[in-house]
Amino acid sequence: MKADVQERPETASAGHVVADRVIGDVVLAVDNVSLAFGGVKAITDVSFDIRKGEIRAIIGPNGAGKTSMLNVINGFYHPNQGTITFKGKKRSQMRPYIAASQGISRTFQNLALFKGMSTLDNIMAGRALKMRRGLLWQALHWGPALAEEIRHREAVEKIIDFLEIQHIRKAPVGKLPYGLQKRVELGRALAMEPELLLLDEPMAGMNLEEKKDMSRYILTVNDQFGTTVALIEHDMGVVMDISDRVVVLEYGRKIADGTPDEVQRDQRVIDAYLGISH
Amino acid sequence: MLYREAGQFKTSYAADMAIFPIRQDRIGVIALLVFAFVGIPLLAHFQLWPLGSDYFLRAILIPFLILSLAAIGVNILVGYCGQISLGSGAFMAIGAYSAYKFGTGVHIPLEFLGTEISIAPLPMIVSILLGGLMAAIVGILFGIPSLRIKGLYLAVATLAAQFFFDWVFLRVKWFTNYAPSGSVAAPDFYFFGYLVNSPIERYLLCLVFVTIFALIAKNLVRGNIGRQWMAIRDMDIAAELMGIRPLYAKLTAFAVSSFIVGVAGALWAFIYLGAWEPLAFSIDRSLQLLFMVIIGGLGSILGSFLGAAFILILPIFLDQVPHALGVPVTVETVSHLVFIVTGALICYLLIVEPHGFARLWSIAKEKLRLWPFPY
Ligand SMILES: Nc1ncnc2c1ncn2[C@@H]1O[C@H](COP(=O)(O)OP(=O)(O)OP(=O)(O)O)[C@@H](O)[C@H]1O
Ligand SMILES: [Mg+2]
Repeated sequence: MKADVQERPETASAGHVVADRVIGDVVLAVDNVSLAFGGVKAITDVSFDIRKGEIRAIIGPNGAGKTSMLNVINGFYHPNQGTITFKGKKRSQMRPYIAASQGISRTFQNLALFKGMSTLDNIMAGRALKMRRGLLWQALHWGPALAEEIRHREAVEKIIDFLEIQHIRKAPVGKLPYGLQKRVELGRALAMEPELLLLDEPMAGMNLEEKKDMSRYILTVNDQFGTTVALIEHDMGVVMDISDRVVVLEYGRKIADGTPDEVQRDQRVIDAYLGISH
Repeated sequence: MLYREAGQFKTSYAADMAIFPIRQDRIGVIALLVFAFVGIPLLAHFQLWPLGSDYFLRAILIPFLILSLAAIGVNILVGYCGQISLGSGAFMAIGAYSAYKFGTGVHIPLEFLGTEISIAPLPMIVSILLGGLMAAIVGILFGIPSLRIKGLYLAVATLAAQFFFDWVFLRVKWFTNYAPSGSVAAPDFYFFGYLVNSPIERYLLCLVFVTIFALIAKNLVRGNIGRQWMAIRDMDIAAELMGIRPLYAKLTAFAVSSFIVGVAGALWAFIYLGAWEPLAFSIDRSLQLLFMVIIGGLGSILGSFLGAAFILILPIFLDQVPHALGVPVTVETVSHLVFIVTGALICYLLIVEPHGFARLWSIAKEKLRLWPFPY
């Protein structure tokens, strides 16, 4: 296996210099995927790939089909055409929990936290797949079941420390400010220890300070755990700063794909963002 | 100053995950259990107030315990997993009639095969647990539609279950051992060879059941499966995208809930009623249980007890208080008042405080924790 090593451009806003990250082979390939809702074509014949260890941005104007793309990748929507290959396994139809068990986790554009539960329980719920003790042991809450609960609690506490949300550990998430809810949602996705992390506009509606924090978390996760990240984001500054490669969608079609620099200079991308009609 | 956790440092996650992490709560619960297991039997033995007669045990404490148990079962399904059920009465009936059949001997003639299935009468405890098991199996069957339908439609499906089983236990004479009147009498209740007969013995038996099942329910809802139930309740799509299987989560909720409701039904029939007719488990019972859960607090084990206590005590209270004040009220007026108060309270709670009395209780505790310095 030959891996090409690539240096990340210095990330000024987050104040991080990350060097020597190893970008590996293709971990996820999207091939000729099309998706329609009745007459509405959300995605038309899109292909791209995501390499192991990279931060891959998906950008495009509103309604371009970005969220739909993530939904196809983690099995929530089934494409009308085309295939998804994850870790060498090809599929066109799959239940979301199977995608989850293969190591794909995500956050949502419109928060999808479990509102009635505490921060801690939300993140613990992210480990549901990893907990194996049956109902009878859980009913006793003792012995192996208790040991398992404690082991996962420790892992979750590490995430809580990492995201600096210790103070809201026991708070019901429904009443937290928006920025913190976004952070808890990231924590829940991280609790799954994913190989591929899908982030749908993780910084939407945040102020500059919060965006910096969020960028820092994403970079650290990517750097320290080697988690592959696919990121939808409207803030071009952030995208250009932290992503390795960018794919641009417009009206459900792919119009550009490349490094941030290449994409930025692409005439079709410039047109799309200036709203020039073709 | 009394209710304060200052100085109580948790040195391990196990301590932080305990049912009652705050010491004052722990002491309170232990005191309550000691009173329930020792104090009440002593009061009854020496015929002290309010246990001078059997009335308090028979008409208040025993139904309170059994309905609390049923409410815990309903709360697991409705409050924790978010699956509305109007069929709890039917599941109590399944528990009661199954326990009755197992307790009096099951006999299924299979003439077309030239054989028959015969099971000798089983001990009562075993029968009651088997009653729960049968309810759980039926609960799983009726839970399968919940994978497709939600909310109001699921409520209608469970309502259909209610009417179906009302009909079954009324018309299929096999379940009532062909009793001409359709009413059945519970066999004598032996607990490991000891006849459970007096009110205080019956009370203690219920108390043992309720304590054990409340503990089991609490353990489940604070563990992995409980988080899966709540995740399905709060945001089923996100839960599925995180690897929680809706099939498993919903059907376990139906199974555990129906098991507990079924056991409560068997206890209701054997311990409280003694002899009963299918009407004992009608839609009225289902609604009563649902009201208990809403008033006490959706998604709270404590709330199940509070709701059961409220629903039981309200009619007694509305009956006694006007009398004590010298205001004459008729029986009909009291029952109308019960409807009005319950209805108004449910509307209020659903709009203002969906977590019911249990939430009000925890708000009060929070205030008390800070008192007398509010900041
Ligand atoms: N469940 C659905 N049913 C019908 N149409 C849908 C559905 N989901 C998305 N669409 C349509 O598909 C198109 C792409 O939507 P999508 O949400 O993927 O866009 P997006 O790029 O994420 O946009 P935004 O930046 O606003 O989030 C839109 O025209 C949208 O109306
Ligand atoms: Mg979107």
